[in-house]
Amino acid sequence: MDPFIFLTVDGLARGAVFAAFALALVLIWRGARLVNFSQGAMAAATTFIAYSVTNASGSYWLGLVAAVVSGLVIGAITERYVMRFVDPTQHLNAVIVALGLVLVIQAILGIIYGSQYRPMDVPFSRSPLSIGDQPLLSPYDIFVFVTVLAVMAGLGFAFTRTDIGLKMRAAAFAPDMARLLGVNVGRMLTLSWALAGAVGGLAALLVVPTELGAHPHATDLVFVYAFTAAVIGGLDSPIGAVVGGLGVGLVLSYVSGYSDNDLSAVVILGLLIGVLLLRPSGLFSHATARQV
Amino acid sequence: MGDPAGSQLRVRGLTAGYGAAPVLRGIDLDIDPGQIVAVVGANGAGKTTLLRTLSGLVEPTEGSMTWEGDELRGTRVHDLVRRGIAHVPEGRGVITELTVEENLRLGHVWRKDKDDARRATAEVFEFFEPLARRRRSPGHQLSGGERQMLAIGRALVARPRLLLLDEPSLGLAPKVTSQIMTLLKNLRDDTGLSVLLVEQNVRSAMSIADRGVVLSLGEVVVTDDAARIAEDDDLRHAYLGF
Repeated sequence: MDPFIFLTVDGLARGAVFAAFALALVLIWRGARLVNFSQGAMAAATTFIAYSVTNASGSYWLGLVAAVVSGLVIGAITERYVMRFVDPTQHLNAVIVALGLVLVIQAILGIIYGSQYRPMDVPFSRSPLSIGDQPLLSPYDIFVFVTVLAVMAGLGFAFTRTDIGLKMRAAAFAPDMARLLGVNVGRMLTLSWALAGAVGGLAALLVVPTELGAHPHATDLVFVYAFTAAVIGGLDSPIGAVVGGLGVGLVLSYVSGYSDNDLSAVVILGLLIGVLLLRPSGLFSHATARQV
Repeated sequence: MGDPAGSQLRVRGLTAGYGAAPVLRGIDLDIDPGQIVAVVGANGAGKTTLLRTLSGLVEPTEGSMTWEGDELRGTRVHDLVRRGIAHVPEGRGVITELTVEENLRLGHVWRKDKDDARRATAEVFEFFEPLARRRRSPGHQLSGGERQMLAIGRALVARPRLLLLDEPSLGLAPKVTSQIMTLLKNLRDDTGLSVLLVEQNVRSAMSIADRGVVLSLGEVVVTDDAARIAEDDDLRHAYLGF
């Protein structure tokens, strides 16, 4: 039996997580023009917090809430007390600080939790449901889809239909003009980081239990795939992040299904280079403005 | 010249710039309520820097700026519009990724009186009909004239008492410029709006201004009745280059 259908739905399920993680990167890029290289480490931290809360309470759902809330807090603290003091005109400084944060966060996690993987449970079965003899999505995959879809829909609604979303977009696109119009740009930036932390934390909690478990480096590869997805879609584009994430998930699934799993990273790297060569601003970057 | 004691905006000894060498040096300026003051000068005179300093985008190194009796220095930029001052910057400042409606909504999003904000938006659509037809168009699809209308309209929905307007005629057809100048004059006459108007187009600016201020190399060289400045050939030759 051709595994194409199974690989497709499996790829979309993995891709949904990459999409959510890529969206977290886009949220910060739009606000601060910075690729948050510490996003993966921040998500590893929230995953450990979820792990601790779930172990203490026995409830996966409390762990999930803890991951989201701690993501909000870590994101806000990172922006307010670290990144805000980085000279915004020196882009390399921000990158170095973000990479430094990765080392600090991973070191702290290593000190507290050690370097062994800590397996985590998921709330639904991961055995695929079948139609006839065709395996399809597992209940957990459906949960992942629904959760990511709900997050996307919620963020989409917030950004396009609410005053706070309008202010966040204005602060991201034209910070000086937004200030002149009464928008507290600093607060919007903190909110962007907080939201990104929460979305990244949630995405990590959806994917880490399906692999080896919580570990200071558990999200490293997820970050690489999500970064690729965000660049392919266009770092400015939330829709691009979603499409890029799903695309990366599909490519990974097909490559590992039809070829060698070890080739996955190479193919993704090739995809990234191809997009950067052909359309450096990404597939869903903004249309050119009318010249006036 | 207005009475400085009754000035709505009173600037004294304002010095500001972007580096070690100041762009503005010891600027004195007064605007009375309901007055249009035109600031003119050659390129590099410091006109735009003056507006950016008044709105807090550039930090002054010396001097004072008093607005309705209270010091303006130290006011956070995003609080300025809440104090009744709206700034339409050079290049119009339309956020091109947002639609016309969203740009206008952004202009009053901080206001508590939502009914009046809606009325103000309707007034903008009434006066600038092209905007009403393109309310769902993103800013990057608008023409230069439409963008200028939107930038001014967005400032007006905040119901400011002072409008800082930087080069509104830049790149616009004379007809659109004339329409904008008429709007400013009507707003002054009907609502008592004060305007600090920075313009390269001296004739156009002086045609509606009550007073004129000529800047040269960061200093005020003349403050006088607008009509007298417009008619002073020597002054125009010396400082305005025509």
